[in-house]
Amino acid sequence: MIILFFNKISILRGEQMRAKTFRGGIHLHYCKEATANQPIMEMPEPKQVILPVQQHIGAPAQVCVNVGDPVKIGDLVATAQGFVSVPIHASIAGKVTEIKEYPQASGRKVTSVVIENDFSGASRLLAVKPLDQYTAPEIKELMQQIGLVGMGGAGFPTHVKYSPPKDKTLEMVILNGAECEPYLTCDHRLMVEQPDRVILGLQAMMKAAGVAVGYIGIEVNKPDAIARLTGEAASDPRIKVVPLEVKYPQGEEKMLIKSVAGRVVPAGGLPADAGVVVNNIATAVTLAGALTDGLPLISRVVTVTGAVSKPQNLKVRLGTLVSELVEFCGGFSGTPGRIVLGGPMTGPAQYRLDLPVVKNTSGVLVQERGQIKLLSSSTCVRCAHCVDVCPYKLMPCLIVNAIEAGNLAQAEAYGLMDCRECGSCTFVCPAQRPIIQTVKSAKTKIIAARKKK
Amino acid sequence: MLIHDLKGEDSMLDEQVVVSPAPHVNDLLTTENAMRQVGLALAPAALFSIWAFGWRALLLIVLSMGTAVLTEYIIQKLQKKPTTIADGSAALTGLLLALTVTPQLPGWMIVIGAVVAIGLAKHIFGGLGHNPFNPALIGRAFMLASWPVAMTTWVWPANSLGWAGSKVNAIAGATVLNLDKMGTLNQLGLKVPYLNLFIGNIAGSLGETSALLLLLGGLYLLMTKVIDWRIPVSFLGTVVVLSLVFQKDPLFQILAGGVFLGAFFMATDWVTSPVTPKGRIYFGIGCGTLTMLIRIFGGYPEGVCYSILIMNAVTPLLDRMTIPKRFGEVKARA
Repeated sequence: MIILFFNKISILRGEQMRAKTFRGGIHLHYCKEATANQPIMEMPEPKQVILPVQQHIGAPAQVCVNVGDPVKIGDLVATAQGFVSVPIHASIAGKVTEIKEYPQASGRKVTSVVIENDFSGASRLLAVKPLDQYTAPEIKELMQQIGLVGMGGAGFPTHVKYSPPKDKTLEMVILNGAECEPYLTCDHRLMVEQPDRVILGLQAMMKAAGVAVGYIGIEVNKPDAIARLTGEAASDPRIKVVPLEVKYPQGEEKMLIKSVAGRVVPAGGLPADAGVVVNNIATAVTLAGALTDGLPLISRVVTVTGAVSKPQNLKVRLGTLVSELVEFCGGFSGTPGRIVLGGPMTGPAQYRLDLPVVKNTSGVLVQERGQIKLLSSSTCVRCAHCVDVCPYKLMPCLIVNAIEAGNLAQAEAYGLMDCRECGSCTFVCPAQRPIIQTVKSAKTKIIAARKKK
Repeated sequence: MLIHDLKGEDSMLDEQVVVSPAPHVNDLLTTENAMRQVGLALAPAALFSIWAFGWRALLLIVLSMGTAVLTEYIIQKLQKKPTTIADGSAALTGLLLALTVTPQLPGWMIVIGAVVAIGLAKHIFGGLGHNPFNPALIGRAFMLASWPVAMTTWVWPANSLGWAGSKVNAIAGATVLNLDKMGTLNQLGLKVPYLNLFIGNIAGSLGETSALLLLLGGLYLLMTKVIDWRIPVSFLGTVVVLSLVFQKDPLFQILAGGVFLGAFFMATDWVTSPVTPKGRIYFGIGCGTLTMLIRIFGGYPEGVCYSILIMNAVTPLLDRMTIPKRFGEVKARA
């Protein structure tokens, strides 16, 4: 209702006309009303945290504490191993009680450091100085030092994005405020409540990239965020807020770059090939926190929504268990049928709740048993809806048919490796075919085969 | 899809939860729904035919749909495959088949037509999703080849809205396309009855008479996104353009005969039309072109059925030739 209302307002104001967009994609029920207007609530520190050493893409960090060690907030518990890696910091003060293999959202077990809280609140913060006293390399160093990764989903180390190969020049930084996944509102709330930090983070990123152009792309169903950031950015003429059409996957990196800057990232290429770095809103806010308060990445905002008694946006310490978040939100309302970490389009479903919140946990979505339709997949009827919605102009139906026929080469010819797994095809498939699942497993096979060679 | 029992000590959940791959939300348009939507879109035209032609129309529709569903059921039972009659595609084929025949057709003929449509055109190839040709049109083509006279004995509606009763009654037994082909319309000095063509007050097969109701049904399918605009638009557009080229009356050409039924309901069949956007445009142009060539130069007064069947055969080729350029594709890759 609220979203419809906002859409109406924006149409009246001509916003919809100016909203930029990409071709393809799907329109979803956004279901953000439950939490969109809920201020971020700071959750009390948990009794213990479980910190996996790998919360990012790249090499796992190396544990640098022993069982029994006392730690303060901000202390390193694991150090980065190599360039494409980031350290992990203690998110509470207390004592290391255990170092063990512990399951993660992906299902894999990862070495994890367990800290028991002494509730002293003791912290070890970084030295703080104003942004203009930083040089570009210092900001990149800071990014790695605070363990900064893409907090929107992928968890790619941020400093790596700002160190492109020598033959590529960066020209602009785009902040991703699209938040196109249904249900999630954590970035929305950050934009509304902390616009100054969003802008400061973006300014630091622009300095790190050595560019004088910064954009913030926001879907027009968040008019309050657009208004707040436009106002906040008024003092810096280098930064522009770009209203975007409400469409999934508007916040997917390549689509966002197309919508905001009109640039096309070459197939198989990186944003740097188009001269762009894209970062998430939460990532910018965390970087700003490091600049102003000397805080490394030890907490994040998580949208807890769906079939819980009190859906809300919680600021939680990393390593807090998902079960504690659900409990804090008053527990389940109704019978839980599926529990998703992240948004419903790309988030993995979980079979247990005792999983720690990590750097890229953007949401906890509980779907009620009654909402879930278990439909069995039937044969492809060649309706081509998948072809029409694919933002990358691939041929999902033909790709899957080729994979099922065991012809991976043919699937590659139809664009298998260019798939970014947004799930639009699977959403529209009238035969409920597991397109994304099939594509993911085939990609894994191909990558494994390439490594062998 | 896995239902995970959460009673281990690892977990605090004591409920079963679904562990399935993302995405965890789905569009409401399932195959069954889509079949229902097409059936719904055809309902006005079908009901109109019953009103216009009486109980024979109803009988043919019931026989055709019943036979189609029963045939699918028997074939799948014989093959020991799960029966899929609930998906509605066999019933839809039966309905479409009935709408392409004259109300005078003996009932046993349409029974055989429906058996051919489901058995020969659909299940020989592996059932839904695998048939290269539109089953209903194969059924019709089979009947037209087997019983050419019975298939082309037309009558004017028993219930009509005014045009009948004029000197047109003298020429009962021919469709307007027959009349046009033979030049009779001109000889009789008749004006083209646009309004009657539009509302369906004419002789013809059950479903092709009322252009208005077919158009409404087609627009409904476009709005609900069951079908894509490309095939109907390029099909109808080509008919109009070629009419102008060959100095025919374009309005008459799209209103008369089976163009609307073909363009909105037959050519747009998911299974037998191209999956690429460009392919669909070429497909529609091909259908329109062949329809007009058959109408103008061919031996039949009407060519919609054969034109779509011929284009069905070209569909795999069109798909292969029109794979879209990928997002960000720099140059044509090998």
